[in-house]
Amino acid sequence: MEESRGPMNDDSDDSMEHIVEKLRLTFKEEAYELLAELEATLLELENSPADSEAINRAFRVLHTIKGSSGMCAFYDIASFAHEIEAYFDLVRKGEIVVTKEIIDLTILASDQLTSLFDVIYRDGKADTERTEQIVASFKKQTSGKTGARAFSGPRGADLLLPLSDEKGPAGGDKAQIAPAEQQDAREQRQGVDASSSIRVATGKLDSLVNLAGELVTVQARLSQTALTLGNSALQSIAEEVERLTADLRDNTMSIRMLPIGTTFSKFKRVVRDLSAELGKEIELTTDGAETELDKTVIEKLGDPLVHIIRNSIDHGIERPDERMAAGKPRKGTIHLSALHSGAHVLIRVQDDGAGLDVDAIRATAVERGLLRIDAEITEQELWQFILTPGFSTAKQVTGISGRGVGMDVVKKSIDAIRGVLEISSEKGAGTTITLKLPLTLAIIDGFLTKIGADSYIFPLPLVEECVELTRDNAFSKSNRNLINVRGHIVPYIRLREQFSINGEAPLIEQIVITKAGKRRVGLVVDAIVGQHQTVLKSLGAFYRDVEGISGATLLGDGTVALILDIPKLISLAEQYREVDVPDQAAPENRQVLQEGQSRLTLDEKNDARGKYLLIT
Amino acid sequence: MTTAAIMETTQYLTFTLDDEVFALDIGTVREVLDFRSITRVPKTPEFMRGVINLRGSVVPVVDLRLKFGLARTEQMVHTCIIIVEVAVDGETTVLGALADSVEEVLDLGADHIEPAPKIGTRLNTEFIRGMGKQNDRFIIILDIDKVFSIDELALVQAAEINKETAGLAATD
Repeated sequence: MEESRGPMNDDSDDSMEHIVEKLRLTFKEEAYELLAELEATLLELENSPADSEAINRAFRVLHTIKGSSGMCAFYDIASFAHEIEAYFDLVRKGEIVVTKEIIDLTILASDQLTSLFDVIYRDGKADTERTEQIVASFKKQTSGKTGARAFSGPRGADLLLPLSDEKGPAGGDKAQIAPAEQQDAREQRQGVDASSSIRVATGKLDSLVNLAGELVTVQARLSQTALTLGNSALQSIAEEVERLTADLRDNTMSIRMLPIGTTFSKFKRVVRDLSAELGKEIELTTDGAETELDKTVIEKLGDPLVHIIRNSIDHGIERPDERMAAGKPRKGTIHLSALHSGAHVLIRVQDDGAGLDVDAIRATAVERGLLRIDAEITEQELWQFILTPGFSTAKQVTGISGRGVGMDVVKKSIDAIRGVLEISSEKGAGTTITLKLPLTLAIIDGFLTKIGADSYIFPLPLVEECVELTRDNAFSKSNRNLINVRGHIVPYIRLREQFSINGEAPLIEQIVITKAGKRRVGLVVDAIVGQHQTVLKSLGAFYRDVEGISGATLLGDGTVALILDIPKLISLAEQYREVDVPDQAAPENRQVLQEGQSRLTLDEKNDARGKYLLIT
Repeated sequence: MTTAAIMETTQYLTFTLDDEVFALDIGTVREVLDFRSITRVPKTPEFMRGVINLRGSVVPVVDLRLKFGLARTEQMVHTCIIIVEVAVDGETTVLGALADSVEEVLDLGADHIEPAPKIGTRLNTEFIRGMGKQNDRFIIILDIDKVFSIDELALVQAAEINKETAGLAATD
């Protein structure tokens, strides 16, 4: 028994069960990564069936799955993987040619492998009969060919892994794998991993990020204290700590960055399956797969992106015959791209389909009472309607998606990760949806202000400038909350009133002018403290529905400051209209009604200075 | 003490609100803090007093007196914040509860606990797990998960915000 332990022996002196348990845990993530790689490879093979590199890769991945599954005593998976591997061995040797049929079958097999792993790792369910059916189909393909190896191991393997009676469906064959084969798989795996990266538990990473966050908080306190004490030696130390902390923070953040490519490859499958189902020919092209984003952002991005892509497939891209008739290539294209832009990442889903239907959207908006029948609004504004809950132009609804149905959910998910969603569309030429996302969710540059005793933080990228609000320079005309900033009229909101904060405002207040989207709106606070590295903290389940506050952070003195959700505050506080007085004969026609947001009323014709918002 | 007796006896942390004594299962109590400044979160009901910094975490604080229809808790010498763990939607959430004073940790056997009375208390009887008897006084044992259930807090919140909005609209 001792010698037959073979490759396991050098790991530790722990019991066999313990070792296998450990191996299983290690294998969990890898298994899913391997399956993703297998799927990507298969889709590649579908495009270029003769690609020997892809065939080799498929073989290698299957081989690793088999080897590692064997090591973890997942014998039913190992034997299943062996069947497919044996088949790809023949393909590799040039005895069989890859056909579409084979690819489909292998994709089915890969799905089945995923559900078998789900049974083990994710409490999923799997149909074991299906495994046999797929194996049977493979056998049919390989029958009569030479070189198909039978799957069996030396009996000694029984001793190797005493857990063999634990897993595996009743009646499934509990094949064993020779230690040599395991060794092989293990070396291969180590060879791949050691060269580029190490695997770290997410929990450890999260606590590292938290620690870096705490350090940023303490450092702020140190700098503050050094400044108050006026000790120059202490100040220079504080400055050095500040620099190091900033570096540490950036580095820690970068550890959590992942390329978005893995998410992209998931969509290839979505496009492939859906377009086949709908009888459309669609190609998914991607760009910028190496663009890095915070892990949490990527995780939250998957569902909204799938939704957008499904919309494009279902409603954007036309059927081949329609496309031919319109003088377009038969095959539609969905282009998925990611690129860095300052502190943001732009993700674009671009299709060359029919574009949004201006008239249908308009008609539905009017029908639903969101828009006046004679209202004049730009296409840009019109597109925003598809983001309204339940908005759908009836004839477009299908089982898969309806352009507009669920787009409000997409918008919500994107809002939740502080992203911005933009739509542009041209009839007949296609639709582009752009998501502008922050690089990270953990730390932001903030702008610290005070109202009474409370501290509030503005996200710095949204802050344009600050002006003083004295009793004199307030736009005095009929009590409107407007201020003249170098010739531009800017409306402002008194946060003290919005938040019902008691107490008297100081004689000179400060207006922080923010720019959310294209509009400039001022928010009035008592005093400005300055820039602040803000470590985001959630307010927790009990405060999840609070409007206008997106989170909290800890200040140097240990007190809590609240982070303002500027776009939400503005939309809460206004019902707006843009007035182009000189060229609009009837400005009230441009009114865009937003239900339930009637806190602010509109001034009919106050100033002919051009576009502005009026807030009372 | 026999095993059965140990099983039946539970430890409770007793505290006062106004002149009434309440108790919480000690298993739900994490620690007791001195009163400290609380940051108010705007647009939330009064009894949600705000948030505090608990060693780097942001923890909400609830004013139990307001929640139970008493006058707002003012800071006194003995005022403290009881940090409890509450199960919300199956997840454990940490929460602070303001108390006028914290008394002691008390062993109460099952035979000293009576079911909650249907009438005769200001409290919603749903919040009460039972009435403990110690010497001659009654102790109201709270069902902390019910008191702080998200529905309970959210419903009131919605009502308050509507009121607030209506009030503001009227002043426009």
